[in-house]
Amino acid sequence: MSILEVEDLSISFKQYTRGLKQKHHHVITSLNVTLEAGEILAVVGASGSGKSLLAHAILGILPSNASMSGTIKYAGDELTAARQMALRGKEIALVPQSVNYLDPLMRVGAQVRTSVKQGDAALAQRKVFERYHLQSDVENMYPFQLSGGMARRTLLSTAMVSEANVIIADEPTPGLDPVVILEALHDFRELADNGCAVMLITHDIESALKIADKIAVFYAGTTVEVAPVDDFFGNGEALRHPYSKALWRALPQNDFVPIRGSQPHPSALPAGCLFEPRCEKVTLECRQARPEMRNLRNGMVRCIHAT
Amino acid sequence: MQLEAKDVGFRYGNGPWLFRGVNVTVEPGEIVGLTGPSGCGKTSFCKVLAGYEKPVEGSITVNHSLLPKNVYHPVQLVFQHPEKAINPRWKMIKTLREGGPLDQELLESLGIEREWLTRWPNELSGGELQRFCVARALGKGTRFLIADEMTTMLDAITQAQIWHVVLEMAKKRGMGVLIVSHEAKLIQRLCHRVIEFHPANA
Repeated sequence: MSILEVEDLSISFKQYTRGLKQKHHHVITSLNVTLEAGEILAVVGASGSGKSLLAHAILGILPSNASMSGTIKYAGDELTAARQMALRGKEIALVPQSVNYLDPLMRVGAQVRTSVKQGDAALAQRKVFERYHLQSDVENMYPFQLSGGMARRTLLSTAMVSEANVIIADEPTPGLDPVVILEALHDFRELADNGCAVMLITHDIESALKIADKIAVFYAGTTVEVAPVDDFFGNGEALRHPYSKALWRALPQNDFVPIRGSQPHPSALPAGCLFEPRCEKVTLECRQARPEMRNLRNGMVRCIHAT
Repeated sequence: MQLEAKDVGFRYGNGPWLFRGVNVTVEPGEIVGLTGPSGCGKTSFCKVLAGYEKPVEGSITVNHSLLPKNVYHPVQLVFQHPEKAINPRWKMIKTLREGGPLDQELLESLGIEREWLTRWPNELSGGELQRFCVARALGKGTRFLIADEMTTMLDAITQAQIWHVVLEMAKKRGMGVLIVSHEAKLIQRLCHRVIEFHPANA
Protein backbone atom coordinates (compact mmCIF):
# COMPACT_ATOMS: atom_id res chain seq x y z
CA MET A 1 0.00 0.00 0.00
CA SER A 2 1.23 3.46 -0.82
CA ILE A 3 1.94 5.64 2.17
CA LEU A 4 0.72 8.73 0.39
CA GLU A 5 -1.82 8.80 -2.42
CA VAL A 6 -2.95 11.91 -4.22
CA GLU A 7 -5.98 11.28 -6.40
CA ASP A 8 -7.52 13.63 -8.90
CA LEU A 9 -6.33 16.67 -7.00
CA SER A 10 -7.41 20.06 -8.26
CA ILE A 11 -6.62 23.38 -6.64
CA SER A 12 -7.92 26.75 -7.66
CA PHE A 13 -7.34 30.23 -6.34
CA LYS A 14 -10.04 32.81 -5.99
CA GLN A 15 -8.99 36.30 -6.91
CA TYR A 16 -10.91 39.55 -6.88
CA THR A 17 -10.41 41.42 -10.12
CA ARG A 18 -12.57 44.49 -9.68
CA GLY A 19 -15.02 45.18 -6.89
CA LEU A 20 -16.72 41.92 -6.01
CA LYS A 21 -15.92 40.25 -9.33
CA GLN A 22 -14.07 37.02 -8.84
CA LYS A 23 -11.77 35.02 -11.02
CA HIS A 24 -10.65 31.45 -10.51
CA HIS A 25 -7.16 30.31 -11.33
CA HIS A 26 -6.86 26.57 -11.81
CA VAL A 27 -3.34 25.98 -10.64
CA ILE A 28 -3.55 22.21 -10.30
CA THR A 29 -5.84 20.06 -12.46
CA SER A 30 -6.59 16.37 -11.93
CA LEU A 31 -3.22 15.45 -10.55
CA ASN A 32 -2.38 11.91 -9.49
CA VAL A 33 0.73 10.91 -7.66
CA THR A 34 1.63 8.15 -5.23
CA LEU A 35 4.47 7.81 -2.79
CA GLU A 36 5.70 4.46 -1.51
CA ALA A 37 7.57 3.82 1.71
CA GLY A 38 11.25 3.25 1.06
CA GLU A 39 11.11 5.09 -2.21
CA ILE A 40 12.22 8.46 -3.50
CA LEU A 41 9.95 10.13 -5.99
CA ALA A 42 11.54 13.09 -7.72
CA VAL A 43 9.15 15.73 -8.98
CA VAL A 44 10.55 17.85 -11.80
CA GLY A 45 8.93 20.22 -14.23
CA ALA A 46 8.29 23.81 -15.20
CA SER A 47 8.60 26.55 -12.60
CA GLY A 48 5.08 27.50 -11.65
CA SER A 49 3.66 24.11 -12.57
CA GLY A 50 2.28 23.62 -9.09
CA LYS A 51 5.04 21.50 -7.58
CA SER A 52 5.26 23.56 -4.41
CA LEU A 53 1.48 23.84 -4.20
CA LEU A 54 1.22 20.07 -4.18
CA ALA A 55 3.59 20.05 -1.22
CA HIS A 56 1.55 22.71 0.52
CA ALA A 57 -1.70 20.84 -0.19
CA ILE A 58 -0.30 17.68 1.41
CA LEU A 59 0.80 19.65 4.47
CA GLY A 60 -2.47 21.57 4.58
CA ILE A 61 -0.85 24.98 4.47
CA LEU A 62 -2.50 26.44 1.38
CA PRO A 63 -3.53 30.08 1.64
CA SER A 64 -7.11 30.80 2.61
CA ASN A 65 -8.29 31.79 -0.88
CA ALA A 66 -7.46 28.35 -2.28
CA SER A 67 -10.10 25.68 -2.79
CA MET A 68 -9.23 22.06 -3.22
CA SER A 69 -10.97 18.99 -4.61
CA GLY A 70 -9.90 15.37 -4.91
CA THR A 71 -8.44 13.24 -2.17
CA ILE A 72 -5.14 12.88 -0.40
CA LYS A 73 -4.68 9.68 1.57
CA TYR A 74 -2.00 9.05 4.14
CA ALA A 75 -1.43 5.42 5.20
CA GLY A 76 -4.76 4.44 3.66
CA ASP A 77 -6.95 7.03 5.36
CA GLU A 78 -8.01 10.36 4.05
CA LEU A 79 -5.90 13.26 5.17
CA THR A 80 -8.38 15.70 6.67
CA ALA A 81 -7.51 19.19 7.87
CA ALA A 82 -7.49 17.99 11.48
CA ARG A 83 -5.21 15.06 10.65
CA GLN A 84 -2.92 17.28 8.66
CA MET A 85 -2.53 19.57 11.60
CA ALA A 86 -1.79 16.67 13.92
CA LEU A 87 0.69 15.03 11.57
CA ARG A 88 2.64 17.85 10.02
CA GLY A 89 6.09 18.34 11.40
CA LYS A 90 5.74 14.97 13.15
CA GLU A 91 4.96 12.28 10.58
CA ILE A 92 5.01 14.46 7.49
CA ALA A 93 7.82 16.99 7.31
CA LEU A 94 8.52 19.72 4.80
CA VAL A 95 11.78 21.22 3.69
CA PRO A 96 10.41 24.51 2.41
CA GLN A 97 11.60 26.10 -0.79
CA SER A 98 12.08 29.64 0.36
CA VAL A 99 14.55 30.64 3.02
CA ASN A 100 11.82 33.08 4.09
CA TYR A 101 10.32 30.17 6.03
CA LEU A 102 12.88 30.61 8.78
CA ASP A 103 11.69 32.67 11.73
CA PRO A 104 13.62 35.93 11.36
CA LEU A 105 13.58 36.64 15.09
CA MET A 106 14.73 33.27 16.36
CA ARG A 107 18.27 31.93 16.46
CA VAL A 108 18.60 29.16 13.90
CA GLY A 109 19.92 26.57 16.36
CA ALA A 110 16.79 26.99 18.44
CA GLN A 111 14.61 26.65 15.34
CA VAL A 112 16.16 23.32 14.49
CA ARG A 113 15.84 22.12 18.10
CA THR A 114 12.06 22.67 18.08
CA SER A 115 11.59 19.82 15.61
CA VAL A 116 13.47 17.22 17.66
CA LYS A 117 10.87 15.05 19.34
CA GLN A 118 12.86 12.74 21.54
CA GLY A 119 16.27 12.66 23.12
CA ASP A 120 18.66 15.55 23.58
CA ALA A 121 17.54 18.31 21.21
CA ALA A 122 20.75 20.33 21.48
CA LEU A 123 22.88 17.28 20.78
CA ALA A 124 20.81 16.30 17.75
CA GLN A 125 20.98 19.84 16.39
CA ARG A 126 24.78 20.07 16.84
CA LYS A 127 25.23 16.71 15.17
CA VAL A 128 23.22 17.64 12.12
CA PHE A 129 24.92 21.05 11.85
CA GLU A 130 28.30 19.37 11.95
CA ARG A 131 27.16 16.95 9.29
CA TYR A 132 26.27 19.83 6.99
CA HIS A 133 29.49 21.72 7.75
CA LEU A 134 27.80 24.49 9.68
CA GLN A 135 30.26 25.84 12.23
CA SER A 136 29.39 25.79 15.91
CA ASP A 137 28.80 29.56 16.07
CA VAL A 138 26.08 29.31 13.43
CA GLU A 139 23.50 27.99 15.90
CA ASN A 140 23.51 31.35 17.69
CA MET A 141 22.99 33.35 14.52
CA TYR A 142 19.79 34.85 13.18
CA PRO A 143 18.63 34.02 9.64
CA PHE A 144 19.74 37.40 8.23
CA GLN A 145 23.34 36.60 9.19
CA LEU A 146 23.42 33.43 7.10
CA SER A 147 24.41 33.07 3.48
CA GLY A 148 21.85 31.55 1.09
CA GLY A 149 23.52 28.16 1.29
CA MET A 150 23.75 28.19 5.07
CA ALA A 151 20.05 29.04 5.41
CA ARG A 152 19.25 26.19 3.06
CA ARG A 153 21.30 23.79 5.17
CA THR A 154 19.43 24.96 8.28
CA LEU A 155 16.11 24.13 6.61
CA LEU A 156 17.45 20.71 5.65
CA SER A 157 18.64 20.08 9.21
CA THR A 158 15.15 20.76 10.54
CA ALA A 159 13.65 17.96 8.47
CA MET A 160 16.54 15.57 9.07
CA VAL A 161 16.14 15.66 12.86
CA SER A 162 12.36 15.31 12.71
CA GLU A 163 12.22 11.51 12.18
CA ALA A 164 9.14 11.85 9.96
CA ASN A 165 7.73 9.01 7.82
CA VAL A 166 7.20 11.22 4.83
CA ILE A 167 9.61 13.98 3.90
CA ILE A 168 8.63 16.46 1.27
CA ALA A 169 11.67 18.39 0.19
CA ASP A 170 10.84 21.40 -1.93
CA GLU A 171 13.99 22.41 -3.82
CA PRO A 172 16.41 21.59 -1.02
CA THR A 173 19.61 21.96 -3.03
CA PRO A 174 19.89 25.19 -5.03
CA GLY A 175 22.73 27.45 -4.00
CA LEU A 176 24.60 24.68 -2.23
CA ASP A 177 28.05 23.59 -3.28
CA PRO A 178 28.45 20.09 -4.74
CA VAL A 179 29.91 18.57 -1.55
CA VAL A 180 26.90 19.53 0.56
CA ILE A 181 24.46 18.57 -2.20
CA LEU A 182 25.99 15.14 -2.37
CA GLU A 183 25.72 14.76 1.37
CA ALA A 184 22.10 15.90 1.45
CA LEU A 185 21.17 13.55 -1.39
CA HIS A 186 22.94 10.70 0.32
CA ASP A 187 20.93 11.44 3.48
CA PHE A 188 17.67 11.33 1.57
CA ARG A 189 18.62 7.97 0.12
CA GLU A 190 19.51 6.70 3.57
CA LEU A 191 16.19 7.91 5.00
CA ALA A 192 14.36 6.13 2.19
CA ASP A 193 16.34 2.94 2.71
CA ASN A 194 15.25 3.05 6.34
CA GLY A 195 11.60 3.04 5.28
CA CYS A 196 10.88 6.71 4.92
CA ALA A 197 9.09 8.01 1.84
CA VAL A 198 10.69 11.02 0.20
CA MET A 199 9.22 13.40 -2.33
CA LEU A 200 12.03 15.42 -3.80
CA ILE A 201 10.85 18.46 -5.70
CA THR A 202 13.73 19.74 -7.75
CA HIS A 203 15.00 21.31 -10.95
CA ASP A 204 18.25 19.50 -10.65
CA ILE A 205 17.36 16.47 -12.75
CA GLU A 206 20.93 15.28 -12.71
CA SER A 207 21.01 15.01 -8.91
CA ALA A 208 17.56 13.47 -8.88
CA LEU A 209 18.73 10.73 -11.23
CA LYS A 210 21.43 9.72 -8.78
CA ILE A 211 19.10 8.88 -5.91
CA ALA A 212 15.48 8.72 -7.02
CA ASP A 213 13.50 5.61 -7.97
CA LYS A 214 10.91 7.31 -10.11
CA ILE A 215 10.55 10.72 -11.65
CA ALA A 216 7.25 12.54 -12.08
CA VAL A 217 7.24 15.34 -14.64
CA PHE A 218 4.88 18.25 -13.99
CA TYR A 219 3.53 20.72 -16.47
CA ALA A 220 0.85 23.39 -15.96
CA GLY A 221 -0.48 21.83 -12.79
CA THR A 222 -0.66 18.21 -13.75
CA THR A 223 1.57 15.17 -14.10
CA VAL A 224 2.40 14.57 -17.74
CA GLU A 225 4.63 11.59 -17.13
CA VAL A 226 5.90 9.25 -14.45
CA ALA A 227 9.02 7.41 -15.54
CA PRO A 228 11.64 5.18 -13.95
CA VAL A 229 14.98 6.99 -13.67
CA ASP A 230 16.61 4.65 -16.18
CA ASP A 231 14.61 6.25 -18.98
CA PHE A 232 16.50 9.51 -18.69
CA PHE A 233 19.46 9.09 -21.02
CA GLY A 234 20.75 10.12 -24.43
CA ASN A 235 18.41 12.41 -26.34
CA GLY A 236 15.47 11.39 -24.20
CA GLU A 237 14.31 8.83 -26.72
CA ALA A 238 13.01 6.54 -23.96
CA LEU A 239 10.86 9.28 -22.45
CA ARG A 240 7.15 9.26 -23.18
CA HIS A 241 5.84 12.82 -23.18
CA PRO A 242 7.04 15.56 -25.57
CA TYR A 243 7.42 17.98 -22.64
CA SER A 244 9.68 15.58 -20.74
CA LYS A 245 11.82 15.23 -23.85
CA ALA A 246 12.03 19.01 -24.27
CA LEU A 247 12.93 19.45 -20.60
CA TRP A 248 15.64 16.83 -20.84
CA ARG A 249 17.10 18.36 -23.98
CA ALA A 250 17.16 21.88 -22.46
CA LEU A 251 19.67 20.85 -19.78
CA PRO A 252 23.06 22.54 -20.10
CA GLN A 253 24.81 19.17 -20.31
CA ASN A 254 22.52 18.12 -23.17
CA ASP A 255 21.54 20.40 -26.06
CA PHE A 256 20.64 23.54 -24.02
CA VAL A 257 17.90 24.38 -26.52
CA PRO A 258 14.72 25.97 -25.19
CA ILE A 259 11.32 25.44 -26.80
CA ARG A 260 9.22 28.43 -27.68
CA GLY A 261 6.53 30.05 -25.57
CA SER A 262 5.64 29.65 -21.95
CA GLN A 263 3.42 27.54 -19.80
CA PRO A 264 -0.29 28.46 -20.11
CA HIS A 265 -1.60 30.71 -17.40
CA PRO A 266 -3.85 29.08 -14.76
CA SER A 267 -6.70 31.44 -15.61
CA ALA A 268 -6.57 30.59 -19.32
CA LEU A 269 -5.86 26.89 -19.67
CA PRO A 270 -6.36 25.37 -23.12
CA ALA A 271 -9.43 23.16 -23.47
CA GLY A 272 -7.45 20.20 -24.77
CA CYS A 273 -4.05 18.91 -23.78
CA LEU A 274 -2.25 21.44 -21.59
CA PHE A 275 0.96 21.17 -23.59
CA GLU A 276 -0.79 21.43 -26.96
CA PRO A 277 0.12 25.12 -27.70
CA ARG A 278 3.85 24.32 -27.55
CA CYS A 279 3.83 20.77 -28.86
CA GLU A 280 5.19 19.90 -32.26
CA LYS A 281 3.19 16.69 -32.48
CA VAL A 282 -0.13 18.47 -32.03
CA THR A 283 -3.16 17.21 -33.96
CA LEU A 284 -6.83 18.20 -33.99
CA GLU A 285 -7.60 15.51 -31.47
CA CYS A 286 -5.17 17.05 -28.95
CA ARG A 287 -7.14 20.30 -29.01
CA GLN A 288 -10.47 18.66 -28.28
CA ALA A 289 -10.08 16.81 -25.01
CA ARG A 290 -7.62 16.47 -22.15
CA PRO A 291 -5.78 13.19 -22.49
CA GLU A 292 -6.14 10.74 -19.61
CA MET A 293 -3.15 9.38 -17.73
CA ARG A 294 -2.38 5.89 -19.08
CA ASN A 295 0.14 3.19 -18.39
CA LEU A 296 2.91 2.82 -20.90
CA ARG A 297 6.15 0.87 -20.82
CA ASN A 298 6.46 0.58 -17.05
CA GLY A 299 5.56 4.24 -16.57
CA MET A 300 2.66 6.58 -17.07
CA VAL A 301 1.95 9.28 -19.60
CA ARG A 302 -0.73 11.82 -20.43
CA CYS A 303 -0.40 12.04 -24.22
CA ILE A 304 -2.36 10.31 -26.96
CA HIS A 305 0.63 10.16 -29.30
CA ALA A 306 3.12 8.67 -26.88
CA THR A 307 4.52 5.28 -27.76
CA MET B 1 34.86 49.60 -21.10
CA GLN B 2 36.14 47.18 -18.53
CA LEU B 3 34.92 46.20 -15.09
CA GLU B 4 37.80 45.83 -12.70
CA ALA B 5 37.98 44.85 -9.05
CA LYS B 6 41.42 45.66 -7.69
CA ASP B 7 42.71 44.27 -4.38
CA VAL B 8 39.18 44.30 -3.03
CA GLY B 9 38.62 43.37 0.59
CA PHE B 10 35.34 43.39 2.44
CA ARG B 11 33.86 42.79 5.86
CA TYR B 12 30.64 43.74 7.59
CA GLY B 13 31.39 46.27 10.37
CA ASN B 14 34.22 44.95 12.49
CA GLY B 15 33.47 41.34 11.67
CA PRO B 16 35.96 38.92 10.17
CA TRP B 17 37.20 39.57 6.64
CA LEU B 18 35.03 37.80 4.10
CA PHE B 19 37.70 38.19 1.45
CA ARG B 20 40.79 40.31 0.80
CA GLY B 21 42.96 41.06 -2.17
CA VAL B 22 40.48 39.90 -4.79
CA ASN B 23 41.33 40.85 -8.36
CA VAL B 24 38.81 40.29 -11.11
CA THR B 25 38.40 41.90 -14.50
CA VAL B 26 35.57 41.46 -16.93
CA GLU B 27 35.97 42.68 -20.51
CA PRO B 28 33.02 43.88 -22.59
CA GLY B 29 31.15 40.99 -24.13
CA GLU B 30 33.03 38.51 -21.99
CA ILE B 31 31.21 35.80 -20.04
CA VAL B 32 33.08 34.93 -16.85
CA GLY B 33 32.17 32.25 -14.35
CA LEU B 34 32.80 32.55 -10.60
CA THR B 35 32.67 29.46 -8.42
CA GLY B 36 33.50 28.66 -4.83
CA PRO B 37 32.10 26.88 -1.79
CA SER B 38 28.84 28.02 -0.22
CA GLY B 39 29.23 30.84 2.31
CA CYS B 40 32.65 32.00 1.05
CA GLY B 41 31.51 35.53 0.26
CA LYS B 42 30.54 35.28 -3.40
CA THR B 43 27.25 37.10 -2.95
CA SER B 44 28.90 39.84 -0.88
CA PHE B 45 31.48 40.23 -3.63
CA CYS B 46 28.68 40.59 -6.18
CA LYS B 47 27.06 43.27 -4.03
CA VAL B 48 30.35 45.14 -3.85
CA LEU B 49 30.78 44.93 -7.63
CA ALA B 50 27.28 46.26 -8.25
CA GLY B 51 27.68 49.08 -5.73
CA TYR B 52 25.26 47.79 -3.07
CA GLU B 53 28.18 47.69 -0.62
CA LYS B 54 31.36 49.75 -0.57
CA PRO B 55 34.62 47.85 -0.64
CA VAL B 56 36.52 48.26 2.65
CA GLU B 57 39.81 47.96 0.77
CA GLY B 58 40.67 48.31 -2.87
CA SER B 59 38.51 49.70 -5.61
CA ILE B 60 35.89 48.85 -8.21
CA THR B 61 36.31 50.68 -11.48
CA VAL B 62 34.38 50.74 -14.72
CA ASN B 63 36.43 51.96 -17.64
CA HIS B 64 39.24 52.86 -15.20
CA SER B 65 37.13 55.35 -13.30
CA LEU B 66 35.23 54.92 -10.04
CA LEU B 67 31.55 54.15 -10.23
CA PRO B 68 29.35 57.20 -10.73
CA LYS B 69 26.65 58.18 -8.26
CA ASN B 70 23.03 59.22 -8.85
CA VAL B 71 22.95 57.87 -12.40
CA TYR B 72 21.88 54.53 -13.84
CA HIS B 73 24.43 52.08 -12.50
CA PRO B 74 26.28 50.37 -15.37
CA VAL B 75 26.77 47.24 -13.27
CA GLN B 76 23.48 45.49 -12.53
CA LEU B 77 22.96 42.54 -10.23
CA VAL B 78 20.34 39.80 -10.40
CA PHE B 79 19.93 38.01 -7.08
CA GLN B 80 19.36 34.38 -6.29
CA HIS B 81 15.98 34.85 -4.61
CA PRO B 82 13.63 36.98 -6.72
CA GLU B 83 10.99 37.06 -3.99
CA LYS B 84 13.45 39.01 -1.84
CA ALA B 85 14.44 41.43 -4.59
CA ILE B 86 10.93 42.62 -5.38
CA ASN B 87 8.72 44.90 -3.33
CA PRO B 88 5.80 42.66 -2.27
CA ARG B 89 3.42 45.64 -2.20
CA TRP B 90 4.10 46.82 -5.73
CA LYS B 91 2.41 45.45 -8.81
CA MET B 92 4.88 43.88 -11.21
CA ILE B 93 4.80 46.73 -13.71
CA LYS B 94 6.10 49.16 -11.10
CA THR B 95 8.96 46.81 -10.28
CA LEU B 96 9.76 46.50 -13.95
CA ARG B 97 9.80 50.27 -14.44
CA GLU B 98 12.62 50.58 -11.89
CA GLY B 99 14.89 49.54 -14.73
CA GLY B 100 13.68 52.27 -17.08
CA PRO B 101 11.09 52.27 -19.88
CA LEU B 102 9.65 48.90 -20.87
CA ASP B 103 11.22 47.10 -23.77
CA GLN B 104 8.38 45.12 -25.34
CA GLU B 105 10.72 42.95 -27.36
CA LEU B 106 12.79 42.00 -24.34
CA LEU B 107 9.68 41.12 -22.35
CA GLU B 108 8.52 38.88 -25.13
CA SER B 109 11.83 37.12 -25.55
CA LEU B 110 11.90 36.44 -21.80
CA GLY B 111 8.40 34.99 -22.04
CA ILE B 112 6.81 37.60 -19.77
CA GLU B 113 3.08 37.66 -20.50
CA ARG B 114 1.38 41.03 -20.76
CA GLU B 115 -1.19 39.89 -18.23
CA TRP B 116 1.49 39.34 -15.53
CA LEU B 117 2.30 43.04 -15.41
CA THR B 118 -0.78 43.90 -13.38
CA ARG B 119 -0.33 41.15 -10.83
CA TRP B 120 1.09 41.12 -7.32
CA PRO B 121 4.37 39.30 -6.69
CA ASN B 122 2.73 36.64 -4.49
CA GLU B 123 0.56 35.56 -7.43
CA LEU B 124 3.54 34.59 -9.57
CA SER B 125 5.93 31.69 -9.23
CA GLY B 126 9.62 32.10 -8.48
CA GLY B 127 10.51 31.42 -12.11
CA GLU B 128 8.08 34.04 -13.33
CA LEU B 129 9.40 36.59 -10.85
CA GLN B 130 12.98 35.93 -11.85
CA ARG B 131 12.17 36.79 -15.46
CA PHE B 132 11.04 40.20 -14.22
CA CYS B 133 14.26 40.66 -12.25
CA VAL B 134 16.28 39.84 -15.36
CA ALA B 135 14.22 42.22 -17.50
CA ARG B 136 14.64 44.95 -14.86
CA ALA B 137 18.41 44.49 -14.80
CA LEU B 138 18.74 44.62 -18.58
CA GLY B 139 17.90 48.32 -18.97
CA LYS B 140 19.53 50.33 -21.73
CA GLY B 141 22.43 51.52 -19.56
CA THR B 142 23.57 48.12 -18.35
CA ARG B 143 27.15 47.41 -19.39
CA PHE B 144 27.84 44.55 -17.00
CA LEU B 145 25.44 41.99 -15.61
CA ILE B 146 26.22 40.08 -12.42
CA ALA B 147 24.14 36.91 -12.26
CA ASP B 148 24.26 35.53 -8.73
CA GLU B 149 22.73 32.05 -9.01
CA MET B 150 20.27 33.65 -11.37
CA THR B 151 18.62 30.54 -12.76
CA THR B 152 19.15 28.07 -9.93
CA MET B 153 15.48 28.14 -9.04
CA LEU B 154 14.23 27.64 -12.59
CA ASP B 155 13.39 24.65 -14.71
CA ALA B 156 15.76 23.72 -17.52
CA ILE B 157 13.63 25.13 -20.33
CA THR B 158 13.16 28.50 -18.64
CA GLN B 159 16.85 28.50 -17.73
CA ALA B 160 17.84 27.93 -21.35
CA GLN B 161 15.35 30.59 -22.49
CA ILE B 162 16.71 33.25 -20.13
CA TRP B 163 20.35 32.50 -20.86
CA HIS B 164 19.79 32.62 -24.60
CA VAL B 165 18.34 36.12 -24.18
CA VAL B 166 21.20 37.25 -21.94
CA LEU B 167 23.89 35.78 -24.18
CA GLU B 168 22.38 37.37 -27.25
CA MET B 169 22.25 40.72 -25.52
CA ALA B 170 25.84 40.34 -24.32
CA LYS B 171 26.88 39.81 -27.91
CA LYS B 172 24.75 42.59 -29.36
CA ARG B 173 25.61 45.26 -26.79
CA GLY B 174 29.06 44.07 -25.84
CA MET B 175 27.81 43.54 -22.32
CA GLY B 176 30.10 41.70 -19.89
CA VAL B 177 28.53 39.01 -17.71
CA LEU B 178 29.78 37.53 -14.44
CA ILE B 179 28.04 34.28 -13.58
CA VAL B 180 28.05 32.92 -10.07
CA SER B 181 26.84 29.34 -9.99
CA HIS B 182 27.44 25.99 -8.41
CA GLU B 183 26.28 24.20 -11.50
CA ALA B 184 29.46 23.10 -13.18
CA LYS B 185 27.61 22.02 -16.31
CA LEU B 186 25.97 25.40 -16.75
CA ILE B 187 29.25 27.29 -16.21
CA GLN B 188 30.97 25.01 -18.68
CA ARG B 189 28.30 25.69 -21.25
CA LEU B 190 28.20 29.47 -20.89
CA CYS B 191 31.55 30.88 -19.85
CA HIS B 192 34.66 31.91 -21.71
CA ARG B 193 36.72 31.51 -18.56
CA VAL B 194 36.14 30.55 -14.93
CA ILE B 195 37.54 32.11 -11.75
CA GLU B 196 37.77 30.12 -8.54
CA PHE B 197 36.79 32.38 -5.64
CA HIS B 198 39.08 31.95 -2.66
CA PRO B 199 37.75 32.59 0.82
CA ALA B 200 39.05 35.10 3.39
CA ASN B 201 42.63 36.46 3.40
CA ALA B 202 43.54 34.55 0.28
